[in-house]
Amino acid sequence: MDKIKCAIIGPGNIGTDLLYKLLRSEVLEPVWMVGIEPGSEGLARANTLGLKTTSEGVDGLVPHVIADRVQIAFDATSAYVHPENSRKLNELGVLVIDLTPAAIGPLCVPPVNLKDLAGRQAMNVNMVTCAGQATIPMVAAVSKIQKVAYAEIIATVASKSIGVGTRKNIDEFTRTTSAAVAKVGGAAQGKAIVIVNPAEPPLMMRDTVYCETVDEPDQAAITASVHEMIATVQEYVPGYKLKNGPTFEGRKVSIFLEVEGLGDFLPKYAGNLDIMTAAGARTAEMFARDILAGRLKLEPVKENA
Amino acid sequence: MMTLGEKVKGRKVKLHDMCLRDGMHSMRHQITLEQMIEIASGLDEAGVPLIQVTHGDGLGGSSLNYGRGLHSDREYIMAVAKHVKNAAISVLHVPGIGTLDELRMAADCGATCVHVASHCTEADVTEQHIGLGRELGLDTVGFLMMAHMTTPEHLLEQALLMEGYGAQTIYCVDSAGYMLPDDVTIRIAGLRATLQDETEIGFHAHHNLGMGVANSLAAVAAGASRIDGSAAGLGAGAGNTPLELMAAVSERLGIETGVDLFKLMDVAEDRVLPIMPKPPRADRDSITLGFAGVYSTFLYKAKEAESKYGLSARDILMELARKKMIGGQEDMIEDTALSMAKARELI
Repeated sequence: MDKIKCAIIGPGNIGTDLLYKLLRSEVLEPVWMVGIEPGSEGLARANTLGLKTTSEGVDGLVPHVIADRVQIAFDATSAYVHPENSRKLNELGVLVIDLTPAAIGPLCVPPVNLKDLAGRQAMNVNMVTCAGQATIPMVAAVSKIQKVAYAEIIATVASKSIGVGTRKNIDEFTRTTSAAVAKVGGAAQGKAIVIVNPAEPPLMMRDTVYCETVDEPDQAAITASVHEMIATVQEYVPGYKLKNGPTFEGRKVSIFLEVEGLGDFLPKYAGNLDIMTAAGARTAEMFARDILAGRLKLEPVKENA
Repeated sequence: MMTLGEKVKGRKVKLHDMCLRDGMHSMRHQITLEQMIEIASGLDEAGVPLIQVTHGDGLGGSSLNYGRGLHSDREYIMAVAKHVKNAAISVLHVPGIGTLDELRMAADCGATCVHVASHCTEADVTEQHIGLGRELGLDTVGFLMMAHMTTPEHLLEQALLMEGYGAQTIYCVDSAGYMLPDDVTIRIAGLRATLQDETEIGFHAHHNLGMGVANSLAAVAAGASRIDGSAAGLGAGAGNTPLELMAAVSERLGIETGVDLFKLMDVAEDRVLPIMPKPPRADRDSITLGFAGVYSTFLYKAKEAESKYGLSARDILMELARKKMIGGQEDMIEDTALSMAKARELI
């Protein structure tokens, strides 16, 4: 079967982990890895795995896009450079999956709203953040049952699992997650807290979700919905687990999660990496299937005058 | 041998009051605007040069995880700014909890100093926030929390990062009240020997092992020129260094603080003590914080979990220490208690 050719921009933790997942995909084929540092470890690794590489950023990729039939690009760089990367690629008709917290395109958390994105012809889709991917399904599981006035998430990641980009963009990370907790999760208001824990051996990613419902929570219905959503996320992140809860105190629902990674690139503690790249790959696969089936035709985006 | 007294005599030290920020923890973030104004005005009149006013967990800390504030940071800062004549108002800002917009808000409301805090090994999350602090013209401080959890050498590396981002003062923060005077001396001396001469060094203590004043003196002797404390010791765990005690000892030793000791003692006694739920004391759970090196604010939720699940708060705190939980991970207290209660078949 034909596969859709892809490029990955950013050969860091996220880009490399994603590469391993794409190599297993039935519909995606990674062909380019784009970096900015000649001789970087990530580029060398991609090269060994059979990809073409450039250390000249997106400008180094652009001349090859048409000849190499790149149709989907993943941007795993930073919120600051993403808009420009996306513009250059969209102009050539490349669909961009944004793994930075730039959030210029529609937000996507696959088990919650991936289906809604089909047929919308979006040329840029944002994957929120790893914290968002881990927690928003739970907010949605509660808001599906009844109105949520306020949702708050606390994501704790191991120091070794987050790269320099996330650290430099921690403000965008926090704000993009907060906004998506409300917008995608379905809460009237959202808040996100991010903690980086340096413990050795590194701790598994932990996520806590608090929801305040408008009315008394329907405990049985919420509990069932949470378990159902856990199973849905487990389809693409097998290490997604409910550790404790849901517990109920007045209108507050508490859900305690742990995310164990597949260990593709970083070890298993880096569940944050796994859930982010798995979500990105799953999103791209849906679009790839649509392209292969002739349901989606990517068009170059003309720059607005 | 040079005695401690000889090392500190004649040194100028800025005292920084924390009771309207760290004290918010012990007050479960429920200090009223009137109480804030009364305490801040008293501290101002006593000549305390810096007063911190924020939710206990910093700007944006009002949450289900840390407890909601009775008022917003904006309301607190504006109320105090209106009544304080000489003291600078500072805020705590923890990247990952507060956002840059909240720091801009604080500056608009009259804050002129910011403590940008990170866990002692994660200074590189503070670049944006320290940068903005400087851009806004704030007295910008890098605040390295839980500093007992890393080596003095590594702490220095992290301090250099913050200094590189633009921090004008670097703090060694004993968030767990775990350090003993030698731990302080070695860390502060390391910072003082390597950071630029114009970079100030600060120390922030918790009194969980009763070492607040002793550790602060060790810090001054090793080169610190800013010392955090709080009137009547109102702060998380067994509280911060009682500021009036530090002022009294400083005066005896000839450390110049510029603070009116008797006025400060009166603020502590007449304005702070009456609002406290109970007088500060290192109870068994607070001692556990200092003994095991646990973030001081974990005390409150551990005590709540104790009464909720029939577990001992001390057992919960020891388990949190074993799991190497750090500042901000309040959610893991309930989670840990639930797991312990399940294992003991209490739920």
